[in-house]
Amino acid sequence: MAAEMDFTTPLPDKEHSLHLLHEMLRIRRFEEKSAELYSAGKIRGFLHLYIGEEAVAVGAIAALEADDAIVATYREHGHALVRGISANSIMAELYGKQEGCSHGRGGSMHLFDAATRFYGGNAIVGGGLPIAIGLALADKLQRRPRVTACFFGEGAVAEGEFHECMNLAALWKLPVLFCCENNLYAMGTALKRSESETDLCLKATSYEIPAWPIDGMDVVACEDAARRAVLAVRSGEGPFFLEFRTYRFRAHSMYDPQLYRTKQEVEEWKQRDPIATLEQRMRENRNLDDDDLGLIETRVAAEIADAVEFAEAGSWEPVEALTRFVYSERAAR
Amino acid sequence: MTSQANLIRTTYREAMRQAIREAMQRDPRVFLMGEDVGRYGGSFAVSKGLLEEFGPERIRDTPLSESAFVGAGIGAAMGGMRPIVEIMTVNFSLLALDQIMNNAAAIHYMSGGQFNIPLVIRMTTGAGRQLAAQHSHSLEGWYAHIPGIKVLTPATLEDARGMLWTALEDPDPVLIFEHGSLYNMEGDLAADAGAVDIDKAVVRRPGTDLSLITYGGTLDKAIRAAGDLAAMGIDAEVIDLRTLRPLDTATIVDSVTRTHRAIIIDEGWRSGSISAEITARIMEHAFYELDAPIERICTAEAPMPYAKHLEDAALPQPAAIIEAARKMVKGDG
Repeated sequence: MAAEMDFTTPLPDKEHSLHLLHEMLRIRRFEEKSAELYSAGKIRGFLHLYIGEEAVAVGAIAALEADDAIVATYREHGHALVRGISANSIMAELYGKQEGCSHGRGGSMHLFDAATRFYGGNAIVGGGLPIAIGLALADKLQRRPRVTACFFGEGAVAEGEFHECMNLAALWKLPVLFCCENNLYAMGTALKRSESETDLCLKATSYEIPAWPIDGMDVVACEDAARRAVLAVRSGEGPFFLEFRTYRFRAHSMYDPQLYRTKQEVEEWKQRDPIATLEQRMRENRNLDDDDLGLIETRVAAEIADAVEFAEAGSWEPVEALTRFVYSERAAR
Repeated sequence: MTSQANLIRTTYREAMRQAIREAMQRDPRVFLMGEDVGRYGGSFAVSKGLLEEFGPERIRDTPLSESAFVGAGIGAAMGGMRPIVEIMTVNFSLLALDQIMNNAAAIHYMSGGQFNIPLVIRMTTGAGRQLAAQHSHSLEGWYAHIPGIKVLTPATLEDARGMLWTALEDPDPVLIFEHGSLYNMEGDLAADAGAVDIDKAVVRRPGTDLSLITYGGTLDKAIRAAGDLAAMGIDAEVIDLRTLRPLDTATIVDSVTRTHRAIIIDEGWRSGSISAEITARIMEHAFYELDAPIERICTAEAPMPYAKHLEDAALPQPAAIIEAARKMVKGDG
């Protein structure tokens, strides 16, 4: 395995460090609440939690501009929150209410938002990559200096679509930032049990795409790497591949007894909790005290309480509207 | 329509090429991509000469990556372009079925109407050229099963010339199936022929004794059969469905209500086919109008054979249409 890039990135200033911590805590608490609501029967279907992986979305998305695009996977609550889709509309979507960001049509796996250029929530592994290629192609053809960030898990590299898209993105020099979230397990299948070559960056570099492995538990490293990569992509150098080495603390979804990994392994990774790690570094740098943390937790708790209240108060779409949006109601823009 | 003086001699292939050319000229967002559409000139020579006219950015050769370039078309459409994606043949489209079904057909709905996908996918369909079991099938009926897309089957020069622009103007994904045996079809077309509607079936030959309901590559066979039947004193009406989704039930029912008999000619396999769907709709809407059971003439339920005599035997042929019609009308088949 290639060594993880050591950026020895210094902590950003207090304000930005607090922002990163705040964003990670928003995801963590939002999802803890979601799991609770799932157990209470308020949320149904599949619910895939991102807990443990927060540093990746927070770091990578911090490097994007407002008019860049994001294509994500079915484990995308964190990306959606960080991108600026309101906790209210995400929670309402998890409830299946029509006030949800996908009008109650998508649920947890299919969060969409035109205003923030958030192109889903794709629940076919690898299925979002071709879309990202196309969004980037549209930008290139229209001479817009925009970047499309495409998130996918390491399981996607086994799909043919991954290889087709690596090739096409490199061949056409498309402005795509490939963000591979390597949490080591494709559902229950360990990377080493499914790939003959487990160095994922090699796969990208074999297509002439520059690639870095990043410590995905270190939000500062994630942001720093993403900023450098985005700069290269935006300057027209073609795609970039970042492998964020991370770990999912919770089950794959809500129905997973986790027979494929040991409790000890999970505990070891929890020692590298991205939130605790940043907290600790900030405290060491005297950038964080109990008051700061208390303030953040209070703000996050209020935001999530609001979101639950909003979702509870939301309305069910009338069944007469069941087939609305199968086809467009207006001409294309 | 214009006067006889303004007719030009053309082929289906040239009409389609002219449609692409005109779309490229009218709208700078339109571009064509697919395997061998550029340098090679199109595997069926539809796009021959367009590379020289519009350049490699808009006449874009792709690698053999159906899933990636169809998905790229979806992304580019969401990114503001008007892509025409060419898939060499319908059998190859199965490699992109994930993108067509899970993304193109679903995203408008899944996103609660936020994103629409003005994408056109063209592909060759059908048999009759001894291309055997991986280049000859008629899967347009399959695609017509999918809500969220539209399925067009141009069978005439007017439709080859006119359906593309309307499809590009449509806010939703449109699949155009071009029967391979039609490309060399020659005839007169109005010099100023342009866009046509894509949601209505058309009576190509009015008749009173029975309705021959068909589309695409079998339209000509039905019209020839109707000519022979006329000589036998049977006046057959021929319906060209033109669009398989949405299916124009009203035109079918109206015809059957007048003729009281129907034969459906479909190059797809019989089981679970568009012919089965049409049969069901007639039963639902015109059961009491029928004087005889509906007949279907479909392709034999086998992978397409190579040998000419076997392929001919597998496909719907005018002789079978005539025999069924005689039996149905005169009871003396």
